[in-house]
Amino acid sequence: MPDATELELTAQELRDAHNESILDTSFHRDRATLIANPQLIREVLGHLQGKGYNMLASLHGVDYYPEEPRLGVLYEMLDMKRVDRISVKARVSIDDPHIPSVVDLFPTADFPEREVYDMFGVVFDGHPDLRRILMPEDYEGYPQRRDFPVGGEPVLFTFNEEQSYGKYV
Amino acid sequence: MEVKREKIPEDFRIRQLQARDMLRGDLDGEDLERYVQERVLTTTVDKAVGWAQGNSIYPLTFGLACCAMEQIHIVAARMDIARFGFEAFRASPRQADLIILSGRVSIKMAPVIRRIWDQMLEPKWAISMGACCSSMGVFNNYALVPSDKFLPIDVHVPGCPPRPEALMHGILRLRDLIQGHAREGWRARYDAVGTEELLPGEADLDSAGINVFKPGDTAGA
Repeated sequence: MPDATELELTAQELRDAHNESILDTSFHRDRATLIANPQLIREVLGHLQGKGYNMLASLHGVDYYPEEPRLGVLYEMLDMKRVDRISVKARVSIDDPHIPSVVDLFPTADFPEREVYDMFGVVFDGHPDLRRILMPEDYEGYPQRRDFPVGGEPVLFTFNEEQSYGKYV
Repeated sequence: MEVKREKIPEDFRIRQLQARDMLRGDLDGEDLERYVQERVLTTTVDKAVGWAQGNSIYPLTFGLACCAMEQIHIVAARMDIARFGFEAFRASPRQADLIILSGRVSIKMAPVIRRIWDQMLEPKWAISMGACCSSMGVFNNYALVPSDKFLPIDVHVPGCPPRPEALMHGILRLRDLIQGHAREGWRARYDAVGTEELLPGEADLDSAGINVFKPGDTAGA
C-alpha cells in the first residue's frame, strides 16, 4: 500500500493531469483510497494503469444508504511488480446511476460490471454487453440495494403456524 | 467342533416326492388340484407392478449443492442403496423416474429443473432434500424459490444437510408410496389433471381459465 504521503502525491498528480478528477482521498487502516469523479473514472484508471497499477483485482458495488450519493463503485488496483495496492472509489446517485465502462482498459471488468449492474443497477456506459449476469433476465429490481425487500418465505413458528399455506384443509 | 446336521423335516420330503410325481405326470385328480393350490400365489397386477416398481427406482444423476455430497454417499459402500435396488443412477431424465432435489434452487434454476422434470416419463416421483429446497433454509431471500412452488414433491427430507441415513429413510418412505400408487402419474396423485401444458394454437390463451404468462409479463412471478 502507498503511505498517506504517497497517496496525496498520486492524487495531486492525477488532479494535475485531469482537472477535477479526484474529489477526495482517504487513508484508513493502511488502506489508500482515491475518491474519484465518476465521469472521469476512465482517465483516472488509465493514468494509474500507466503508473504500474495494471491489474484490476476487483470491481464491486456498494450501497451507502442513507448517505448521498447512495451507490459506490470500487476498483481495487494492483501493481504486480511492486506488489502495491490502491483503491479507487466512485460515488453515483441513485437517480442517475451512470458511470463509464472500463472494459476496453481492463477486459477483466466485463463480468464484474455486469454483476454490479445486476445487483445495484449501476449502468456502465460503453459496456459491450450489459445484461444481467446472476438473476434471470426478466427479473425486476436490483436485489442488493438496501431498500430492496429481503423477500423469501415467511418463517413459520408456533405463534404464526396458521399462516402455513401447506396445511391440509 | 461338532457339526450339527438338521434333520430334513418330514413334510419337506413329501413335497419333494410330490414334485417328482408331478413332473413325471403321475399326479392327477384331487392330488394335482391340491398341488397347484399350494403353489400358486394370487395377486393383482397393480400390486405386482407396485412391488416391482417400488424396488427398482431409477434416480436421476442430479445434484444442486452441498446436499449432493450426502446424496452421493447413499450410493457408496457404507449406505449402499443397492441393497434396495435403487443404485442405477441414470444420466438422462428420460430414463429416470425419481428426481432428488439436493440443494438450494435459485429462481434462475427453477425453470431448468421444471424442464428436466417434464422430460421424465410417467410415473415419476420427486424428493426435496434439505432445508433450502423445502423452505429455503438459511438462504431465505430474493434469490431462492422453495421447490413446492414449481414441482409436486412427494417426500421432504429435513436437515441441513440431511445425513445419508435420513435420505435413505426418505427413499424408503417413497418406496411405500410407490407400492401403493405404482401406476398413477403425478397429476392423478395430486389431483392436478387438467393442468397440462398447452401448445400455442391448442387453446385460446386469452381465455380467463388459462393462466399463461406472456413473454415479458412478469406480474405475479
